Amino acid sequence: MSEGRKLNPRDWRTQPDQAHAAYKSTRLRSQRQPLVPLAEAHTELAAPVFGDGAVAAADSDLTRNAVRNGEPIGERIVVAGRLLDEGGIPIPRALVELWQANAAGRYAHAQDMHDAPLDPNFLGTGRTLTDERGRYRFVTVRPGAYPWLNHHNAWRPAHIHFSVFGTAFAQRLVTQMYFPGDPLLGLDPIFNSTADPHARRRLVSAFSQGLTEPQRALGYEFNIVLRGPLATPMED
Amino acid sequence: MPGQTPSQTVGPFFSEALTPAEAGAGAPGWCLAAEDAPGAAICIRGMLLDGAGDPVCDGMVEIWQADAEGRFPDGTGSFPGFGRSATDEAGEFRFRTIKPGPVSPGSAPHISAAVFARGMLNHAFTRIYFSDESAANARDAVLLAVEPERRETLIAHKEKDGAEPAYRFTIRLQGEAETVFFDA
Repeated sequence: MSEGRKLNPRDWRTQPDQAHAAYKSTRLRSQRQPLVPLAEAHTELAAPVFGDGAVAAADSDLTRNAVRNGEPIGERIVVAGRLLDEGGIPIPRALVELWQANAAGRYAHAQDMHDAPLDPNFLGTGRTLTDERGRYRFVTVRPGAYPWLNHHNAWRPAHIHFSVFGTAFAQRLVTQMYFPGDPLLGLDPIFNSTADPHARRRLVSAFSQGLTEPQRALGYEFNIVLRGPLATPMED
Repeated sequence: MPGQTPSQTVGPFFSEALTPAEAGAGAPGWCLAAEDAPGAAICIRGMLLDGAGDPVCDGMVEIWQADAEGRFPDGTGSFPGFGRSATDEAGEFRFRTIKPGPVSPGSAPHISAAVFARGMLNHAFTRIYFSDESAANARDAVLLAVEPERRETLIAHKEKDGAEPAYRFTIRLQGEAETVFFDA
């Protein structure tokens, strides 16, 4: 790691407040002490490198990676986009992982108590590496909305969880992708935990005719922007 | 210039994707150190606790570290340097890894950690230092920049000596002894 490598700071105007009263689970899990600046960050400016061994080609097609006796139920979709830094520079060979509920709004997870059917042919997890131009692509089904216990009649808007790595561990990001035009977005405390409406809009995918496959699947574009770029500090 | 994508909580249902019980070869898991990995194998266990002191049973801890020589793995060797552990019903996470070497002159051996859970809208970065490195810890720039009374929250305590030492590292998300988290 070269001396003097430096990362743009996290832009807290674009990030959620850690304590967000409308999202009840933050009450006992949010930090109360201010974050401490790292005096040196050699470790956080390096990052794990995931090779082809971390993913199989089938891992990016959620309509096929858990098939037992048929195809998963639901509206088939393509979700694709680019992983970039703030300078617009693509991040190649980066691990992108996702997970989601099935078309009925139920996760294949032992703790999901929602009274909606499991789909024997859908696990709802996928992983891939970005290509040389920072692009990723998944095929899946559109997840359903589901209720949760945060407040009376609370429903999460349809969403897909994303986990991504950059070229510095400090760029690590876990986020959620939403769908355009969802009436639940305005009511969702997690989506609205970021105060800045422009930043929030970056969580909403865009319908893409270009990604849409004839006779096959609607396409949604979701680009992910990590803090950065890595810069050498200016002398002043 | 595009702006940063906001973080969102990992939620309660990540484990099938991020910490599956049967992680395939090459997928990150809690065991970073194969039997033949060069360096001293160590075990790190700990609890993730919320502001009431209750265990967080649906959280995840990720670690990233240098190898025994203080070099960051580049994906070509057998030591990945990166691991993940979901917390169990007792709020416990665990790792088997290699004790890292110092990554720069004057820095104490440490592991970087990111903590995720339902109810955390951003993950939180901390560092794991070692109780049996007190001389190096006393010179480490990151530790020295932390208020003295809070440094203790960054120290993993050796609870078992021997061929494979075990350390305990408690992470408190909130409360009187809240762990130091960094604006990494």
